Amino acid sequence: MTEATHELPLPAARPPAASAGPLGWLRANLFNSPLNTILTLAAVYLFVVTIPPIIRWAFVNAIWSADSGRACRGDGACWAFIAEKLRFILFGRYPYQEHWRPLFVVVTFVALILASCDRRLWGRRLALLWMGGLAAVGVLMWGGILGLTYVETELWNGLPLTLILAIVGMALAFPLAILLALGRRSQLPAIRAICVAYIELVRGVPLITVLFMASVMLPLFLPTGVTIDKLLRAQVAFILFSAAYLAEVIRGGLQAIPKGQHEAADALGLSYWQRTRLIVLPQALAMVIPPLVNTFIGTFKDTSLVIIIGLFDLLGTTNAALTDANWRGFYLEAYVFTAAIYFCFCFFMSRYSQMLEREFNKGRGR
Amino acid sequence: MTISDGQVPIIELRGVDKWYGEFHVLRNINLDVGKGERVVVCGPSGSGKSTMIRCINRLEEHQRGQIIVAGIELTSDVKNIEAIRREVGMVFQQFNLFPHLTVLENLTLAPIWVRKLPRKEAEETARLYLERVRIPEQAEKYPGQLSGGQQQRVAIARSLCMKPEIMLFDEPTSALDPEMIKEVLDVMIELAEDGMTMVCVTHEMGFARTVADTMVFMDRGEIVEHGPPKEFFANPKSDRTRLFLSQILAH
Repeated sequence: MTEATHELPLPAARPPAASAGPLGWLRANLFNSPLNTILTLAAVYLFVVTIPPIIRWAFVNAIWSADSGRACRGDGACWAFIAEKLRFILFGRYPYQEHWRPLFVVVTFVALILASCDRRLWGRRLALLWMGGLAAVGVLMWGGILGLTYVETELWNGLPLTLILAIVGMALAFPLAILLALGRRSQLPAIRAICVAYIELVRGVPLITVLFMASVMLPLFLPTGVTIDKLLRAQVAFILFSAAYLAEVIRGGLQAIPKGQHEAADALGLSYWQRTRLIVLPQALAMVIPPLVNTFIGTFKDTSLVIIIGLFDLLGTTNAALTDANWRGFYLEAYVFTAAIYFCFCFFMSRYSQMLEREFNKGRGR
Repeated sequence: MTISDGQVPIIELRGVDKWYGEFHVLRNINLDVGKGERVVVCGPSGSGKSTMIRCINRLEEHQRGQIIVAGIELTSDVKNIEAIRREVGMVFQQFNLFPHLTVLENLTLAPIWVRKLPRKEAEETARLYLERVRIPEQAEKYPGQLSGGQQQRVAIARSLCMKPEIMLFDEPTSALDPEMIKEVLDVMIELAEDGMTMVCVTHEMGFARTVADTMVFMDRGEIVEHGPPKEFFANPKSDRTRLFLSQILAH
């Protein structure tokens, strides 16, 4: 006999098991159709053909120490070249006996970045930490006080230069970008026009051109006797350039905020800046984390373009290291090594953005 | 419209006109609302009722006539607008809670930043109002984790935390599932019993009969008829009102 009504609700049941063991998983995901079977086999073949030679080149046949380039020729990679040139690639022409200073700078940057991952530090404490950290970076790089010898910015090379350009650039471009994005959506025609003109102008010009203008044209406009440091000019060019791109990303987020959010904030009596800071920006920025980080990663790699105005960033010192007559032709090793450094930082940024997204989405969904 | 006991109205609309481009959306609106008076505005969709109450706290700008709220005339002066908005609470059809803040933060935001209350005091007030709308246990949750009815009650509490003199309701139950309408109306009825000045756009005629001191019927941008609910429902003067009432009371 079946009952038409239940006095008690049915007990909750477990969902059915998705797959039965590793064999079941293989069949369901890799061999579930003829096409997939062919693709799987093709992929396996590709791995078999490519991976062993790479391992042989990079590890098995690699030469780890040698006195000169001639002693380093063989089937494998010449990591001895990297070992020989490591300090030059990382720090360039920074005075050799002072290399601990840029090393500390790199360590400081990495420590600051790692500290930014800890949600408990967010807020005023993290801001203070960054300000202190950047001040320490300045003191270490420049010297001239605390018994440190003065080092001119010409000699700031390699990884510290890349990090300074990228991190200071992003940190200052970001607030500028927020103002530009807000300005572009302003009710005031003059402000809107200025912001639109700025963004479109800067975006319409290649970064190389902006860098050239900063390094070659700007001095022409300055009165004689006045010079601005080349690194500073490049840094400013960088900030102005990435701000235009970031502004458009942020504007995308601003446009995605429903009108009701503005109205609710207005109806509560919040002023424009209160509404922007407390209601609009937190939501808009959280929404555009993926494209923001995309732009940041692009900016980080774009720092390598400063080579054309004679600044030696990480890629610049790598190229310079390759010109040593005793160590000719180790392009692959040099670029693999430098690419690995770039990758570490970019990959970290991408993981960090995923963490931020998770953090901001906590408890938001239904 | 005159107020029976001759007291000064807290909301005055005098000859208010508004256009959306060429479209004449509000036509010569005259309305007085006294302190503690409950006004229910009804009418077919597109009749301008939402636009009218949104003019009262300047979410929409009127182009002709005068609007005076709590003794302050609404002009394009931002200081005046902000002063009026502090005294006028508004509840929206779509709740418009801030999704990135917890319920408690939604409630304390404006008191802390606009009224400059200390956080502790703002939180105490907020918990008091959450109690009144019967969801004290949801304080730490985010709006997205609540049902529609709960969200709308949070929205009412959020407005009340600013201790407004006037509450505007713009179709507060139109976006709710049927079983949640009552819980929101109950809160609104309680609020009315406490003497809050309310202007409420709604299709809930049962609520209107219980609560309203004055019914306002709008059609095509003008106030067609107004009066006490008893008369309004039993004895509508105009054909347009009669047609509208027969349509919404038919089932």
